[in-house]
Amino acid sequence: MQRMKQTTLNVYAWFERRLQLEGPVKDAALHQVPRQTASWWYVFGSAAFTLLFLQIFTGILLAMVYVPSAGEAWRSLNVLNHQIPLGWFLRGLHGWGSNFMVAIVLIHMAQVFLFGAYKFPRELTWIVGVFLLLMTLGMAFTGQVLRFDQDAYWGLGIGASIMSRVPWIGGGLVHLLLGGPIIAGATLSRFFALHVFVIPGTLLLFVFVHVWMVLKLGVNDWPMPGRVVRRETYMEEYHHLAHTDGIPFVPGAFWKDLIFSGAILAAVAVCAVVFGPFGPSGQPDPSIIQTVPKPDFFFLWIYTILSYLPPQMETPFLLIVPLLAIAILLALPLIAAEGEKSWYRRPVAVLLVSTLAVSWGVLTRLGTTTPWSPHMSAWSGDPLPVNRIHDATPLARQGAVVFQVKQCRNCHSVGGSGGERGPALDTVATRLTIDQLRFKVVTGGGNMPAYGKNLSPSEIEALVRFLETLHPANEPPAYDASRRAVEATQAAESAGEASRLAPHPGSTP
Amino acid sequence: MSNVTYPANPQPTTPDVNTAIAPGDPRTVSRRWLLFKAGIALNGLVGVVLAVPIVRYLFAPWRKDASYDSWVSLGALDAFPVGETRLAYYKNPSRNSWDGETDNVACYVRRESTSRFKVFAINCAHLGCPVRWFPQSQLFMCPCHGGVYYADGSRASGPPERGLFTYDWKIVSGDLQIDAGQMPTLSNTARLVTISTRSGDSKCSG
Repeated sequence: MQRMKQTTLNVYAWFERRLQLEGPVKDAALHQVPRQTASWWYVFGSAAFTLLFLQIFTGILLAMVYVPSAGEAWRSLNVLNHQIPLGWFLRGLHGWGSNFMVAIVLIHMAQVFLFGAYKFPRELTWIVGVFLLLMTLGMAFTGQVLRFDQDAYWGLGIGASIMSRVPWIGGGLVHLLLGGPIIAGATLSRFFALHVFVIPGTLLLFVFVHVWMVLKLGVNDWPMPGRVVRRETYMEEYHHLAHTDGIPFVPGAFWKDLIFSGAILAAVAVCAVVFGPFGPSGQPDPSIIQTVPKPDFFFLWIYTILSYLPPQMETPFLLIVPLLAIAILLALPLIAAEGEKSWYRRPVAVLLVSTLAVSWGVLTRLGTTTPWSPHMSAWSGDPLPVNRIHDATPLARQGAVVFQVKQCRNCHSVGGSGGERGPALDTVATRLTIDQLRFKVVTGGGNMPAYGKNLSPSEIEALVRFLETLHPANEPPAYDASRRAVEATQAAESAGEASRLAPHPGSTP
Repeated sequence: MSNVTYPANPQPTTPDVNTAIAPGDPRTVSRRWLLFKAGIALNGLVGVVLAVPIVRYLFAPWRKDASYDSWVSLGALDAFPVGETRLAYYKNPSRNSWDGETDNVACYVRRESTSRFKVFAINCAHLGCPVRWFPQSQLFMCPCHGGVYYADGSRASGPPERGLFTYDWKIVSGDLQIDAGQMPTLSNTARLVTISTRSGDSKCSG
């Protein structure tokens, strides 16, 4: 036993004599950090780090089977899913690992912002972190392209359409993005190079710099109201704090990192087992147009914004806002390098993060339900509720047929089914008079096409007669008072006319 | 040999302890430092010489739009009844064997009269999603953000800023041909606006 221990020590010493890693590792592990930083709030950075290595590891394993060719990629993903034992699990790990990584990076960023950790002397750590966020998002997008299915194909189309809006050089940028004039083999090859070599290589380099600075500058002290950051005094104050009320990083703070990272890896694995891998959806054949392309979860908010922006604002928004946002993020630590760190004294910061989080949540929620998209098969797939036409006149029933056949249903719901692009029409007759209905159908307006040229007068008449029946039983349809007056006069006139023309009693025809 | 130094500074007339240049002091231009700098210069020069072809290689796809276009056939005219809009397919003219299914491209052909056509890209003018044609209501609808177009391709509603992109077409010995080859986007197709005159439509750079 004693001999074995001695041998082990000798082997260790042999390596240590050559590697000389003991000193730097000990320095990194045992450096003093302020006691309060051993907190569950400080675990997100290390979790993102762990997830990065999970992604690299699973990515390499997938690359052993995946074929980065536009002609074969989709089929090789299906082989991974269905034929290679546990290939689906590896794809699940990589896909869910990606979602978790984006989420953890965003949470890490929000925490660092709220804790004022970007202030002096950690400005550069934040700036490098902004690039890490951008590269993480870049990995998510390029990864979605490598899952070379319909969503990937049309997602690339959306990317190209956005690029094409850049003034003067838009066309060239589209060609650079796609590797040619159109989405084809060259496109997948260059996205493979980006996803597997260019971005991960840069990412690893930046992660090294990021972690290096965390080790050199120390973990950010817990923000205390009134403990103001000043360039002249901060370093001294921090070292004083770390040495009078500090603990060694390992194991004092590190055990929480370890446990959280382990829990996150377990969560990724559970998601991969329970929910399985993402896609691939239909094959990337652009001649199959029966498709409803949608971006991955973390880009749904952009998808939502693009449906609600007024057309004239879209290009400026797409081209200016992202650059502005990145510029603000990069400039933040340079502008606000000093001052309060505590969220108790930074209401604007708290408000900003909560507003962004709530907006992001709402936009993402809308992106999952897409109320702005026509339901392409509602006209043929969603029948009208029977009670809506049970007592209808033949003309109104004919109108109901027009309503279905002319795809009105794709944008308007009745009885809870149908599109949501336009308003639900269950009670439309209580809101619009028959003249207004006719006008609206013929001229469109707002977000509705004008049907004047697409429907015959008889179809329009039948349609508005049907729409006129869409009101609750206890609520009459809207009517136009002046029309009533005209109708009453006309009725009286025609009655008078009738009595004048009526055959005289007693006379025989 | 390595101890020989060539002082760059004029000889100090009054050498003192503080300014005396010791052999090997990096402030001196020794032969070693000169060679070191020459090494950097050589690498810089080679770097520049290499950068030119590398940049050229990287920017190879960046070409004028016209260089990607070519005329492709959509088939015989009989396949397109007058007054109807039909989905037509063609192969990407600049395809490679590894493109797989991506070299299938679809477009909509509207035959306005026996000799007049309109050929629309399936890509929505908003963000390029594939629009679907509904012959019953004579509308194109986009599944992504709800853009809608009339039968003549003009914008009806939704977020698109303009009507559907069109291809130039011509009839060659009973075949309908279109000028195709690149994904229609605002950068290449939007520059063409159609100006209606009494004598007919003309394409005009706008």
